[in-house]
Amino acid sequence: MNDLPLVSGPYSHSNSSVPKVMLFVMLALLPATVFGLYQFGWPAIFLFTITIVTAVLAEALSLKLSGKPVRLFLMDGSAILTGWLLAMTLPPWAPWWIAVLGGLIAIIIGKQVFGGIGQNLFNPAMVARVELLISFPLEMTLFTVPAPLFSNASPGFMEALAITFSGTGLLDGYTGATVLGHIKTELGRGIDLQQAQSATDSLWQLSLGNAGGSLGETSAILILGGGVFLLYKRVITWHIPVSMLGTLFILASLFHLIDPHAYVGPFTHLMSGAAILGAFFIATDLVTSPVSIRGQLVFGAGCGLLVYVIRTWAGYPEGVAFAVMLMNAFTPLIDHYLKPRIYGRDRKGHPINYESESGDKA
Amino acid sequence: MGAPDIFKLFKIRGGVHPDDCKTLSADKPIVDLPMPQVLHIPLQQHIGAAAEPLVNRGDLVKKGQLLARSQGAISAPVHAPTSGRIMGVGGYPANHPSGLLVRTITLKPDDHNEWIDSLEPSSDPFLLTPEEISQKVTKAGIVGMGGATFPSAVKLKLRTRYDLHTLVINGAECEPYLTCDDLLMQEESSDVLDGVRLMAHALGVDKIIIAIENNKPLAQQAMARAANSFDTVQVVGLPTRYPMGSEKHLVQTLTGKETPARGLTADIGIVVHNVATALAVHNALRYGYPLIARVMTVSGGAIKEPLNVRVPLGTPLTNLIEFCGGFKEEPEKLISGGPMMGQPLASTRVPVVKGSNGLLALTAEEIKSQQEMPCIRCASCVQACPCGLIPLEMATNIRTGSLDASVNLGLLDCIACGSCSYVCPSHIPLVQYFNYAKGELASRQRSQHKQGETKRLAEARSERMEAIKKAKRAKMLQRKKEMAEKKKLEAQKKQDSEKKESEKSGVDA
Repeated sequence: MNDLPLVSGPYSHSNSSVPKVMLFVMLALLPATVFGLYQFGWPAIFLFTITIVTAVLAEALSLKLSGKPVRLFLMDGSAILTGWLLAMTLPPWAPWWIAVLGGLIAIIIGKQVFGGIGQNLFNPAMVARVELLISFPLEMTLFTVPAPLFSNASPGFMEALAITFSGTGLLDGYTGATVLGHIKTELGRGIDLQQAQSATDSLWQLSLGNAGGSLGETSAILILGGGVFLLYKRVITWHIPVSMLGTLFILASLFHLIDPHAYVGPFTHLMSGAAILGAFFIATDLVTSPVSIRGQLVFGAGCGLLVYVIRTWAGYPEGVAFAVMLMNAFTPLIDHYLKPRIYGRDRKGHPINYESESGDKA
Repeated sequence: MGAPDIFKLFKIRGGVHPDDCKTLSADKPIVDLPMPQVLHIPLQQHIGAAAEPLVNRGDLVKKGQLLARSQGAISAPVHAPTSGRIMGVGGYPANHPSGLLVRTITLKPDDHNEWIDSLEPSSDPFLLTPEEISQKVTKAGIVGMGGATFPSAVKLKLRTRYDLHTLVINGAECEPYLTCDDLLMQEESSDVLDGVRLMAHALGVDKIIIAIENNKPLAQQAMARAANSFDTVQVVGLPTRYPMGSEKHLVQTLTGKETPARGLTADIGIVVHNVATALAVHNALRYGYPLIARVMTVSGGAIKEPLNVRVPLGTPLTNLIEFCGGFKEEPEKLISGGPMMGQPLASTRVPVVKGSNGLLALTAEEIKSQQEMPCIRCASCVQACPCGLIPLEMATNIRTGSLDASVNLGLLDCIACGSCSYVCPSHIPLVQYFNYAKGELASRQRSQHKQGETKRLAEARSERMEAIKKAKRAKMLQRKKEMAEKKKLEAQKKQDSEKKESEKSGVDA
């Protein structure tokens, strides 16, 4: 008894742990992931596996190099989650080397060079995605139309191996633009929005996930369900998702009302692309988002604003990754300026003075 | 004063909901511990100066006799828990994590348990003046029995300096496991209430709120029944949430007002006292009994039979543990107080003191200690902190040695409630960081003070030496001058006399 070093209490614990937090996030991602893998078949399954395995190996190597206990830190599940989230944002039929490069970039450059778990400034999965997108724009924007596993359109196991590993596979018949990508191109050609939109997947398709896109960002409803699960488990709070999606919604509504022919409607903005995945799983990344409630509200609103700006006026059709990374850079600043008010003190940090508000005696 | 039926409560920030584990002992009536073979009564069982012993080895004392007197304004006397012979006054391990030796009176009880006859009970203490009441409370050695052990009389005298209107009785007992206040309120509600009313009388306030967490419905009912005939007393149910029993947060829950930083609840007109303290005041004023015993909870997964026990102060913990059937299994930790803010104990030899509200023998499964991992900035601690602090940043600064930065972040506003460590998924011992930093800052302040003093003294000395030197030099000069003058004078005299002589001889010639 009591041969442990003397450490202050409490001598009780809520029983939470880092692996548990990571596990909850993975559980939340699971439905959308399974659905995505089903939608895009064997090539997607290969890609998903390669990304995660690479991430875990890169983590193990980095831990060994930095002299940290490899097993202990691998067991926290953070590398798996990073790989997983990255895979969710890749085009499902991308070649194997995209997955390997992505996994290496995410873990080594995105996380371990900063000092490992908890130390990184930017969301590792987004670092990898953005680097890939800039370096390999072609491979990163070739999106497949859904071809559910075991359906006629779905490539078989061997065919899938060829798609993933020899890069020969992507047949024209399989590819198609995402909603946002299509709209951007058509608007760029001077085609009216209503006309451009008529050729894209419907909102209904977007929410169900029967639409083209990255591996895991197609089914808005399943992602939303996962997000609600995270809220219920208190892994995240509502502040970032609500302020991010709210800002996006308000901006989109505003501009859509001003000119419905040039600006996409709010629901398309919410339901397509990575908006919901980003709001619940990317922007809420614990390490890289602010810690105070007010800070999180500002952070989320900033993400929403940037997503809208990038989607609407910048060169890329989708902007969640850029938006979140830009806001990540602001996190230390936000944390510095937006702290909770300390008990018994005013916002400036001076002790509360009741005399100034006289006659306040019940 | 038409008291509303439903008392409006205000929300406090943060807090946690630990498994309260109170069922282990909540249905156990208070039992008296048989008098132990020997009592070790420390002279310091309170915040402030240690008491000064008045007895010597071999003295025979009676129950309630003054053993050591209060030393200074913030101190408390110590009395004999029973009659017997003083075995000695010397060092004995303290009820403290360090287990260091502190001055302790060792008493061998006889079996007579005979009260001293100099007690001064008063038939109607409400006729006493507030000054007389606080004087009697001082003499009885009563300190805050919720664990803070601040001399109660000092708090009763606050009326002279503050504009008070309400007395709040803290029956929150928000620490898990502890049930002693719960049982006291159930079994001795009218005595507790009498003590409460006496304290209100001493404070000169006419509003009393007895606040009890909703996980103690029986205590709430008992106190409400006792308070029924007094319309100045209100019994209020509190939401069950840790740290509801922190007096500043309790007051905020009841009034919506925060106590200004670095201040007292008296700044907003409220004084908070503990339930057990109220009972001690009742005993002191009605019967003249000093504080010589207290009720405490003995519990935890390693205790065979968890109980609520009335224990003479100075009882070695071994006696208590034996009384509760001993250990079921070897405990991982022995805690004085509750699991959230209690202190680990190094040995079972140490005695029960005035602030001991619980003795917990916890198993490893209960403590749920895990390997510390890096912070993942999840902000659980920020959400849990009832004081609006950012524990993760404070800890990071302390770890890198930037103690001043942690003070700027509010380190000194931390109440060490442990909510942050409790929720931390990385199992970072945040409270340990904060306690370390507070201790380090205090010792730096002391050494800085000491340095300042040394410098001041050294400077004063060199100034003094300089002055002495100057004086000496001046004196020397003075003397030289005098000598020179004297010589001159003598020379002149000589000349004069020579002149005279020569003149004389000239005349003679």
